[in-house]
Amino acid sequence: MRKASRLTRFNVASLALGLAFLYLPILILVLYSFNASRLVTVWGGWSLRWYRELFNDRAMIEAAWMSLRVAVASATIATLLGTLAAVALSRGERFRGRTLFSGMLYAPLVMPEVITGLSLLLLFVALNAERGFWTVTMAHTTLTMCFVAVVVQSRLGSLDRSLEEAAMDLGCNPVRAFVAVTLPLIAPAIVAGWMLAFTLSLDDLVIASFTTGPGSATLPIRIYSEVRLGVKPEINAICTLVIALIAVVIVIASLASKLSSSQGESAAPL
Amino acid sequence: MSSRRIFARPARFAAIAPYVWMVLFFLVPFAFVLKISLSQTAIAQPPYEPVFDLSAGWDALKAAFAALSADNFRLIGSDDIYVFAYVRSLTVAITATALLLLIGYPIAYGMARLPKRWQAVAMVLVIVPFWTSFLIRIYAWINILQHDGLLNQILLALHLVSQPVVWLSTDTAMYIGIVYSYLPFMILPLYATLAKMEPALEEAAGDLGAPPWQVFWLVTFPLSLPGVGAGVLLCFIPIVGEFVIPDLLAGSNALMIGQTLWLEFFTNKDWPVASAAAIVLLVVLLVPLMLYERLQKRQLEQGR
Amino acid sequence: MLRIEGVAKSFGTFRAVDGVSLDIKAGEFFALLGPSGCGKTTLLRMLAGFEAPDEGRILLGGKDIAQALPHERPINMMFQNYALFPHLSVRDNIAFGLKRAGMARAEIATRVAEMIALVKLDGLEKRKPDQLSGGQRQRVALARALARRPQLLLLDEPLAALDKKLRESTQGELMELQRRLGMTFIIVTHDQEEAMTMASRIGVMKSGKLAQVAPPRELYEAPRSRWIAEFVGDINLFDGESKLRDGHRLVIGTRDAGALVVAEPREPVGAGRFAVAIRPEKVKLSRRGPVSEAGRETAINRLDGVIADICYLGGTTTYKVKLDTGGVLQASVANSARIDVDAYSLNQHVVAWFTPDDCVVLQS
Repeated sequence: MRKASRLTRFNVASLALGLAFLYLPILILVLYSFNASRLVTVWGGWSLRWYRELFNDRAMIEAAWMSLRVAVASATIATLLGTLAAVALSRGERFRGRTLFSGMLYAPLVMPEVITGLSLLLLFVALNAERGFWTVTMAHTTLTMCFVAVVVQSRLGSLDRSLEEAAMDLGCNPVRAFVAVTLPLIAPAIVAGWMLAFTLSLDDLVIASFTTGPGSATLPIRIYSEVRLGVKPEINAICTLVIALIAVVIVIASLASKLSSSQGESAAPL
Repeated sequence: MSSRRIFARPARFAAIAPYVWMVLFFLVPFAFVLKISLSQTAIAQPPYEPVFDLSAGWDALKAAFAALSADNFRLIGSDDIYVFAYVRSLTVAITATALLLLIGYPIAYGMARLPKRWQAVAMVLVIVPFWTSFLIRIYAWINILQHDGLLNQILLALHLVSQPVVWLSTDTAMYIGIVYSYLPFMILPLYATLAKMEPALEEAAGDLGAPPWQVFWLVTFPLSLPGVGAGVLLCFIPIVGEFVIPDLLAGSNALMIGQTLWLEFFTNKDWPVASAAAIVLLVVLLVPLMLYERLQKRQLEQGR
Repeated sequence: MLRIEGVAKSFGTFRAVDGVSLDIKAGEFFALLGPSGCGKTTLLRMLAGFEAPDEGRILLGGKDIAQALPHERPINMMFQNYALFPHLSVRDNIAFGLKRAGMARAEIATRVAEMIALVKLDGLEKRKPDQLSGGQRQRVALARALARRPQLLLLDEPLAALDKKLRESTQGELMELQRRLGMTFIIVTHDQEEAMTMASRIGVMKSGKLAQVAPPRELYEAPRSRWIAEFVGDINLFDGESKLRDGHRLVIGTRDAGALVVAEPREPVGAGRFAVAIRPEKVKLSRRGPVSEAGRETAINRLDGVIADICYLGGTTTYKVKLDTGGVLQASVANSARIDVDAYSLNQHVVAWFTPDDCVVLQS
C-alpha cells in the first residue's frame, strides 16, 4: 500500500498547478457564456442572453444537428467495425495480412489529420461521391474505429483466457463461448469505445473540412469560421453547451469503465 | 491445435469487414494522394489532370506513366516557403514536445505517488479535458489571451505591465495552446509506467545511500523511459502536422506545414502540390510512425 | 476407463509431453505430480481438449477423443484460478453448462440446488464471484464442473490459491466427495503432500515423461530412480559400487559413508555404480551404538559422527550428522516427549544406525 507520505511538497504543487492549468480556461469560458455584456472585459452580470441568440442562429443549429447525426452514425459503425477488428487482433492469433491490418489500425491514431482528411477527400472525388453527411460519416468512422479497436483490444487482452476455456469446457462452441462470456465482459469497453468515437467525431474540424460538401458544415467548421472573425459571446454559449453534452457522455462512459474494471479484478487470478 | 487456435478460426472472420474498410478508406486513399501529387495542376473541377484512365487499357496506362511528373516535389524541394514550413514544423514539434515532457513529467510523477484511490480520481481529471472539444479548448485560450482578455487584465491590475501585452498571434500563444491540448497525451503514458513501478525500488535505492535526486535520476527516470517514448511519439507526430492551433493562435508570417497544405488546398486549389506536401510530410513522419506502431503493438499484443 | 497411448505434444521445438502412456480406472483418484514445466498441465489440457496431441491416442470408454473439441467431451475441468464468470451469479455459473446441454429449466433448477447443497453454498446463490471468499469460489468452481456429471473430472492445482489450513480441510472434503460420487478424478499438482494425501495413485512427471506411476506408499518407499527419490520427500544418498553379495544382502562401498549393507532389490541388479538411499526418519541416533547382536554384525549399518546442525521443526527434529567417514547424514527424530532430555547438542558425538531393509538401492 502506498502511503500518502510518499508525496513531496513538489508533487502536490505540480499536481495542483497542472490541474489548474487544465481546467481554468474551460471554467472561464463557461463563466463568460453567462456574461450579460457583449464586451469580454466587462462583467455585466448573469444572463442567458447569448443562449437565446444562439437558438435564433439557424446556421449554427443546423450545423449542430449535422454534427450530432454524423457523430451518432459514425460512432455506431465505428464501434461495430472497431470491435470486430479488436476481436480479430486479440483472438485471431496469426493470420495472413495481420501486420498490415494492425498497422492500418494504429497509424490513424497519431496520423496528422490534414493527411487523413486530404487522402479521404481525394478518394471521394475519384469515386465521384456527393460530399456531405455520408462522406463525413465515413471519414469519421475510419478515424474513430481505430480508437474503438484499441480500447476494446486492451480490454480483451486483459481478460483471463481461461474464462473462454471454461465456457468451452462447459459445452460452448467458440462462437457461443464468445457471446455468452466474452461479450458481456467487454461490453463496458465497447460502450466506452462508442462514447470516445462520438466525442472524437463531434470534435473534429480538419477531417470534416476536407470531406464535407458545400452547405453541410459541421458544428466545429461553423465555430471555426466564427472564431476566425474574433471572439463572440455566442461562441462561448455554444461551446458551453457542447461541454455540457460531453460531460454527460463522460459520466456515462466513466460509469461503464468503472463497471468494467471492477469485473476485471474479479476475473484476475487470486 | 490449442484452445487459442480453436478460438482463432472464427475470430479471423471478424477481421474481414474492418480489413476491407481500412484498405478502402485508409490504404487506397494514399494511392490517390501519391497519384495526384504526380500530376499537373489544372483549372478545373476537380483541379488536377487525371493520371490514370483504366478503361483505356494498357497503352494508355503506359502513356500515363510517361506523363507523370515530379514537378510538384521539385517545387516543394526548391521553394523556400515549403522548406521553411517543414523546418518550422519540426522545430515547433520538438520544442513543444520538450515543453510537454518538462511540464507533464512532474504531474504524472505526482499522480503516481498519490494514494491509490486518489490516483483514479486524478486520472479521470486528466482525461476529462481530452474529451472536451479540441477547438473549444483553443477558443478558451483566445478568450484569455486576447488584447483585453483576462490575462492582460490581471497583469495590468497587478501592475506587472503598464500596457496590454500582445499575446495572440505569437509563438508563445501557440506553444501555450499546443501544451494545453496535448498535455493529457503526455501525462497518461508517463503515469502508466510510473504507477506500475514498484515503490520498493525507490526505497531500495534510498536505503543503499542515494539522495532523492539520485534516486530519481538513476532509478525512477531510466525505468520510466518506455512511458517517455510513448508520450513523446504520441505528441510529436500529430504536432508536426498540426493545423488548428498555429492557425488560430500563431502569427501568419511563419506557417507550419499543416497550414501550408491547407492553404494550397483550400485557398490556392492546387491539389497536386497539397498532395505532394502530404506525401513529404508522411515520409518525414515515417520513422516515428513506425516506432509508434511497434510500441502500440507491443503494448496491446503481448499479454500483460 | 481412460487410456492414454503414446501421447506427445510439442510447442515449437520444446517437447512438453513426450510419449506418455497411462491407464486410469473408473472411480480412481489419480494425481499427476511434477515440478513446474514437466508437462503435467499440458497433459491435463489435452484431456480437456484445449490442446490436441501431435501423436498418440486418448481413449475414453474405448473411443478416441484426442481430436475432439472441448465442448464435445464428457469431461469437465476445474481451473487453477477457478475461471468463474464474473458477470454471472453463483447459480448462473453452476447452471451454465447445464443450459448448454439443453436441459429443461425445471431440471436445471433441481440440479443446481443439488450441487449447491453438495458443496455447502446454501444462501449464496445470488452472489457474484467477487463477493465470495477464496474457499467459496473454489466450491463454486467445483460445483460448476460437477454439475454436468462428467465421466471424468480434471482438477488443475485446485487448492493452490487457498491458505494452508483451508487447503487441508478442503483436501478431505474433495476425497469424501469423490468417494461418495464414485467419479474419476485427475488432479494436477506440484505439491507432493497434497498428491500423497488425496490420490490413490500418483504419476510423477519429469521433462514430459512419466517417471513412475505408483500408489503413494510405493512411490515414497520404493522410488524407481534417484530423481524420484530426491523429488518426493527428503532423502540421504550415498554413491558407491557393489562389493560383494551375501545371500540376499548386498554390500555397497560408498565414498562418504563407508561400506553399507543393503537388502537386495526386488529386481536383481548386476555390478556397477549404485546409490544407496535412506529416508531421514529411518535413521536412528543414539549416544552409544545399538546393542549389537553377536554374529549378526552385517545386519545393521552403524555410522559414527558428530552433530553438525540441528533443525527443530515442532513434531520432529532434523539432525545433520557429520560422519567420521566424511559424508553428512540427515536423521529425523520424532519429538515424542515435551521435555527434551534426549535431545542432542551441537558437536555431540553420536552413533547413527539403520537396517539394510530401510535402504533402497538405486541404479546411478
